[in-house]
Amino acid sequence: MSTPLLTGRRLFKAHGSTPALRGASVELHPGEILAVTGASGSGKSTLLHCLAGIVRPDEGTVEYAGERLDEASEARLGELRRTEFGVVFQFGQLIPELTAVDNVALPLLLAGTPRQAARERAIAWLERFGVRGQEALRPGEMSGGQAQRVSLARALVTGPKVVFADEPTGALDSLSGEQVMTALTHTAREAATAVLLITHDAQVAAYADREVTLRDGVLAAEAAEVAR
Amino acid sequence: MSTRHVLLGLLAAGPSHGYDLKRRHDEQFPQARPLAYGQVYTTLQRLVRDGLAEVEGTDSEGGPERTLYRSTDAGAHELTRWAGEVMPPAPFVTNEIFAKVVVSILASGDPAAYLTAQRAAHMARMRELTAVKTAPGTDLATALSADYALNHLDADLRWMTTTAARLTTLTAEVDSA
Repeated sequence: MSTPLLTGRRLFKAHGSTPALRGASVELHPGEILAVTGASGSGKSTLLHCLAGIVRPDEGTVEYAGERLDEASEARLGELRRTEFGVVFQFGQLIPELTAVDNVALPLLLAGTPRQAARERAIAWLERFGVRGQEALRPGEMSGGQAQRVSLARALVTGPKVVFADEPTGALDSLSGEQVMTALTHTAREAATAVLLITHDAQVAAYADREVTLRDGVLAAEAAEVAR
Repeated sequence: MSTRHVLLGLLAAGPSHGYDLKRRHDEQFPQARPLAYGQVYTTLQRLVRDGLAEVEGTDSEGGPERTLYRSTDAGAHELTRWAGEVMPPAPFVTNEIFAKVVVSILASGDPAAYLTAQRAAHMARMRELTAVKTAPGTDLATALSADYALNHLDADLRWMTTTAARLTTLTAEVDSA
């Protein structure tokens, strides 16, 4: 197998006195779609936050393309999140005052793309996710499925190497969820974008190439090793 | 699955012969076992015997002579009755997965290891079905069939996940006793 693009090694992270990660290790390969499953409170979201450089682990290392994220400056992490990483959450977290097209164009504008070029690319991505014609709508005027597809367009518009998706269909009905997952996985496979997909839903995990399961802050396979 | 009702359903679109019915059956139910010709003809003869279908004539266009069948009014009535009939919501606890776990607990085996391996097998099958369902140009029959299988496998998986969690709790209780 290829060299991993993103590696978390023996990650520990506590929220106050509650441990969320207790030595979890995970590898994401270039272009791979990896599902991280597990019960509520098993540490799935915390793992994503550590790997995406949103929070720093208490212990352990995170390495992205040879660079240590757990030691990187906030400025560098911010830059990576704007250029190399895309993030999608359960609730799109679109900016409510901005239209769909402005929401999608925002990461490009932050990266210095001229306004007109950013708008054109944003519109092309909205079209790709089947939400062309909605570009003037604000998030409150869209259905949940439409808003989530706009969020996907925003996450992918910069051509990231990794997309982090935390329960991206958690708030959607099954057919809207299917549209979102099909759009995400087909686009990621075409562009060879790696996806770290957090879900508790096996039918969503089935869109991935591989599954790892977290249990009490470690991978289930690691938990089995420790128990031996 | 009730072959006679499925054939009645296919005949509802118009007269058809055995070969055509078999082909359309296999297209509509791609996950089912293909119908044997013998079964198609036996079933058609029984439908005729019971007054639910009748012979329309023969069709020899471009090949050997074939008997054309069509549904009768009684057949259409029976199809409507069957299609609306509620199935008993049977507790599907005769499944072999359930039996293996129960027997493994009784025999002090390793049900958790079995559940982990079974989950991997279920997930592999669900990945295949998802790929089939979401491939560009998938027809409706294939998508419906994949959805049906996916939801049933998912039901198994949810039961397996809950069972694995119960086993952990049970072990912790036994260990602390």
